[in-house]
Amino acid sequence: MTLYLMTFFLFLVGLYGATTKRDIIKIILAIGIMGYSVNLFLILIAYRSGAIYPILTKSLGKELMVDPLPQALVLTAIVIELGITALLASLAIRIFEKYKTFDITQVRRLKG
Amino acid sequence: MITPYFVIIPLFAAFLIALIARKKENIAAGIALIVGIILCIMSIYSFVLLSGNEGAIYYHFSNWKAPITISLVLDYLSSFMLIIISVISLIAIFYSLQYLNHYTGKWQFFALFMLMITGMNGVALTGDFFNLFVFIEISLFSAYSLVAFGCEAEELEAAFKYAIVGAISSTLILFSVGILYSITSSLNMADVGRLLLNEKSKVIYLVYGMMIVGFGLKSALVPFHAWLPDAHPSAPAPISSMLSGVLIKVLGIYALIRVFFNVFGAPQIFLQIILILGIISMVVGGLMSLMQWDIKRLLGFSTVSQVGYIFLGIGLGTPLGILGAIFHLLNHSIFKALLFMNAGAVEYALDTRDMKQMGGLSKKLPITSTTSMIGSLSISGIPPFNGFFSKLIIIIACIQAGHPIYAGWAILISIITLAYYLKMQRFTFYGKQNFKKIFEKVPFTLKTSMIILAGLCVISSVLIIPGIKEVTLDKVTEVILDKTKYIEYIKPLILGGR
Repeated sequence: MTLYLMTFFLFLVGLYGATTKRDIIKIILAIGIMGYSVNLFLILIAYRSGAIYPILTKSLGKELMVDPLPQALVLTAIVIELGITALLASLAIRIFEKYKTFDITQVRRLKG
Repeated sequence: MITPYFVIIPLFAAFLIALIARKKENIAAGIALIVGIILCIMSIYSFVLLSGNEGAIYYHFSNWKAPITISLVLDYLSSFMLIIISVISLIAIFYSLQYLNHYTGKWQFFALFMLMITGMNGVALTGDFFNLFVFIEISLFSAYSLVAFGCEAEELEAAFKYAIVGAISSTLILFSVGILYSITSSLNMADVGRLLLNEKSKVIYLVYGMMIVGFGLKSALVPFHAWLPDAHPSAPAPISSMLSGVLIKVLGIYALIRVFFNVFGAPQIFLQIILILGIISMVVGGLMSLMQWDIKRLLGFSTVSQVGYIFLGIGLGTPLGILGAIFHLLNHSIFKALLFMNAGAVEYALDTRDMKQMGGLSKKLPITSTTSMIGSLSISGIPPFNGFFSKLIIIIACIQAGHPIYAGWAILISIITLAYYLKMQRFTFYGKQNFKKIFEKVPFTLKTSMIILAGLCVISSVLIIPGIKEVTLDKVTEVILDKTKYIEYIKPLILGGR
């Protein structure tokens, strides 16, 4: 239970960073932290105490295995996050070229 | 089996364009146009095909049985969404053939456009929670890039805002999918729905909350709407009409309907939250539009307001309310696409979006002016056009469900809608001439697509005539309201149960 709460706390840290930080790079890092916390959560729900790796071989028999499906999901989620982070970073570079700053409060040409 | 090709064809086309059409931009446009036509025919054919297949076609990847593998589910609701996606995207592709004369890198535009269609078709078809997340990410990823397509300062800023909000909402959705998996040990939507019937765990309320916030962020419900009036106006006009007309409906509204009505069985708490948020969106969006002077920003806030109407209809939960909601969803995608294309044509001719620098355009741009008038009258709910019927159904449904105050709000906001569209007409197309000169004439494909959409504004009101309504809209309403059919199909596939 403690582990789950800590994962949720990590998620809240990311959410706090993404909503309150003024530096574009820090916002991108906060989005990354949110993603990691969800990946950790997925790995946690797959974990069984005292279980072995989920590869079916003849010699092992019917021992308790960890759940392999969330691990596959995490791999996919990591790839998607990599794409999003790369896109955000390239947008940040372009924004810096146009505005000469990473401060989100000065990147305000859109009204409202 | 027709189902997987809705995803395969545009995905293949996206990579084909990136591979062979880099230098030859006409080939890129040609491939996109052909794919648009094929998808259009296929989606209409799929609606016809369903009547012979008891209303649902299932496709299982690699021939595994359903709860193990990813499944695609084509039913009337999916087919309805596919028709909206493919028709609007075909017209948007045709529109962008000449609209893109001002931009460089056409092939990138069309490749990203195809990827966006891939994602949306996938969301409309998928029967698997994690697959839903993946397809949402595919379409949003291309949407961010397309919003930033012009690479101007404002566009980059809008795209960054959109990407941050989109990343937060997607993370929330993935989190809730993880919690659902920990409760039920399944990712198949129908299987999750079946297992949740016997589940009394309180954790499910956390899932409800996360899903409402996650999909609410994508559909721009009011506390989560701040990104939309920046992101939608900043994109090129055909993309604005795709984003406002189709993307928020597929990723937000369709996904909410599918998850909450078919999988979770329409819990009361969800309906009440959606009802209240819908009314707030309607009012806030309407009042904010009144104050705008940027023509596309006005349309962006108007989208927030109209999405509020759709959620009001869904939140009522009665058959008439749902009917009104899906009919308004269809109508809104048509006239909002049309209005964004009008704004794009005006911007093409004058190179400005400020309404104070327009005026008197009705003589110079007669086709744009007429079609824009039709779109404005439709969205404000003036009788011969489709918007009148869907708003009327929603208002009647409110009164029937015992909420006359909500009906009063809907009527009031309808009047406000008329007010800000009259303001748009007055300052853009009529009144005193405030612009210096017209830089370029509105090209042929822009005019043609606007005329087609204006025609659809009138034609789609046919769907409400008794006789046609029973075979089209009522079928979709049945799918949404039937709490058992979607989860029933999984039962014979599970041997022995778990």
